[in-house]
Amino acid sequence: MSDQALLSIRDLVVEFPTRRGLLRPVDHVSFDIHRGEILGVVGESGAGKSMTGSAVVGLIDRPGRIAAGEVLLDGEPIHRLSEDAMRRVRGRKIGMVFQDPLTSLNPLLRIGDQLVETIRTHLSVGEAEARKRAIAALDEVGIPAAARRIDSYPHEFSGGMRQRVVIALALAAEPELVIADEPTTALDVSVQAQIIALLKRLCRERGAAVMLITHDMGVIAEATDRVAVLYAGRLAEIGPTPDVLSRPKHPYTVGLMKSTPSTLGEGGRLHQIPGSMPGLRAIPNGCAFHPRCTKRFERCDKERPDPIPVGAGQIACWLYDPAEGDRHAAARAELAGAGSDPAAIATAEAGEGAA
Amino acid sequence: MSDLMTEDLAQAAADDVLVSARGLGRVFDVSKPWLNRVIEREERVFLTAAEDVTFDIRRGKTFALVGESGSGKSTIARMIVGLLRPTSGAVTVDGVDLFRSGDIAGQTALRRRIQMIFQDPYASLNPRWRVGDIIAEPIRAFQLEQDAKAVRARVGELLEQVGLAAIDGIKYPHEFSGGQRQRICIARALASKPEFIVCDEPTSALDVSVQSQVLNLMRDLQRELNLTYLLISHDLSVVRYMADDIGVLYLGRLVETAPREQLYEAPRHPYTHMLLDAAPRLDAFGRTAESVVGEIPDPIDRPSGCHFHPRCPHANDRCKTEAPARLVLGPGRTAACHGVEEGRL
Repeated sequence: MSDQALLSIRDLVVEFPTRRGLLRPVDHVSFDIHRGEILGVVGESGAGKSMTGSAVVGLIDRPGRIAAGEVLLDGEPIHRLSEDAMRRVRGRKIGMVFQDPLTSLNPLLRIGDQLVETIRTHLSVGEAEARKRAIAALDEVGIPAAARRIDSYPHEFSGGMRQRVVIALALAAEPELVIADEPTTALDVSVQAQIIALLKRLCRERGAAVMLITHDMGVIAEATDRVAVLYAGRLAEIGPTPDVLSRPKHPYTVGLMKSTPSTLGEGGRLHQIPGSMPGLRAIPNGCAFHPRCTKRFERCDKERPDPIPVGAGQIACWLYDPAEGDRHAAARAELAGAGSDPAAIATAEAGEGAA
Repeated sequence: MSDLMTEDLAQAAADDVLVSARGLGRVFDVSKPWLNRVIEREERVFLTAAEDVTFDIRRGKTFALVGESGSGKSTIARMIVGLLRPTSGAVTVDGVDLFRSGDIAGQTALRRRIQMIFQDPYASLNPRWRVGDIIAEPIRAFQLEQDAKAVRARVGELLEQVGLAAIDGIKYPHEFSGGQRQRICIARALASKPEFIVCDEPTSALDVSVQSQVLNLMRDLQRELNLTYLLISHDLSVVRYMADDIGVLYLGRLVETAPREQLYEAPRHPYTHMLLDAAPRLDAFGRTAESVVGEIPDPIDRPSGCHFHPRCPHANDRCKTEAPARLVLGPGRTAACHGVEEGRL
């Protein structure tokens, strides 16, 4: 892993001017993805996860626009590129996998033609060489009898096979970054496991970085190295996946993890976060989560918290602000107690004792 | 057969079973139109969505049917509520056969006691009706209240029961979020004072934090009103939270039924094993589910013998030719697998 991040998003703001005011689906979000790393972006609907992905590849529908911040790919800003220049970056440097494999493929073209077109657009190779590469790509994603299946149409494949084709298409021009937006949501559990394994293997082998957008915490746990939790267009928490999932710190992440049913045990009642995520027209002042937060205090509805480093990650919550001192130690300990990790609870209890 | 059936049902009554499905099957004709068949010289094509499905639902408990797409979950749900006539087999609810002709009065009386909650709360509420009217419809249809005022009072009571306000009755569905709409669907289902509710993927369109609110509400109402649920789901974590007994479907056949803990702790059928292994786990950081091979075959052209044999690591020649029978392994515990029968698994 080199020092410089492959993708670096700095204070990204996406705005949609509407007749009834300005909407901000992405509001000052920053994170990095390194080569060979899979970063999960998780959140509920309306959290801005897909919009963040679209902003990176320059596919925000008008009248939406990147209003502030920057997107750096390998140190180069790509958020101000022209349509044409951006089209060359997409596919060549950034591959994309979307939720519904049927809409990502042209139903009227054989999959081989679509692969060859993609390869020849981005790499200077001849027709025969491109076809050879296309077959190799299909083979690599586990399509049986690739040399024969390359002349099939998308409808001739099952859902799982179609998603494999889409992954082959995304990786055809050997991009450095892959953005996968809910790649397994439309698939059955048994097929989902295969697709995730495939995505992980290919990215490891090629050293590509992946931004995996999903709402499924189980997928995040199994596939990602680090995870960013978004809430109402803002970054709530980011850190190494095991830390965030088993020792969440932000009150929203804690609530989210506790309300996720698990196949591991029945437990008692599921935890409920009161209320629901605010609409974009009614983002609360201060911390966007404060009306639903049980740990809020006087600062939370006035000042907006920025992500601050805590442990190996970052948390946007005033409870963790060093300036607050020890007065929230009990609240932090209670949040830490929600995790499944006994060591974290012990540490938290020790912290509480000290307070 | 009929003696056996009577005996079986007597046993079911002793176990306080509310709903029984016996040998339930449904075949759909998916042939092309007659003229196309003649011109293209094609045979008729049939899709077996459910085949010989047998299970019992205990009163006041939740029975969950899990399976992937094409497993026949929704077809079975529609037969259990009486929306779809089975091709073979029978459904009895509290001793009344839902489909046998001749008992019209009994069936009509039964209708009120069965309700259904659908997957998509955006599609299952009429956008042109006020929420109050949507919830009042079953009350009026079954004439459960005497006058308009009493109906209004009952609607308000139902809205409060599902965590909304009585005043919300004057709003339209589009004014509510997905989770609130699902609450409205639950209120509508409760309006006819049912005992048995079929829930077809009730939370799969909802976000996690909203899902937990709806699941908790469903459990609270079950306890409060002694409801019996049939839960249809593909999500093994939701099923673990909600169900008392579970049936696993694969391509229209019930491959295993078991009480919850037994299914999760000691699954018997290889497909259940695979399904549990493939389910993403919150603690399995960086894990790769290795055991999963292949995809669900086309339900129109199902594999011979045991439908699971092409994907099963334990399949032998018998599995390829002979369909496994349903083995009773214990109370509420069955499996349809030659390997289990032969003691190999």
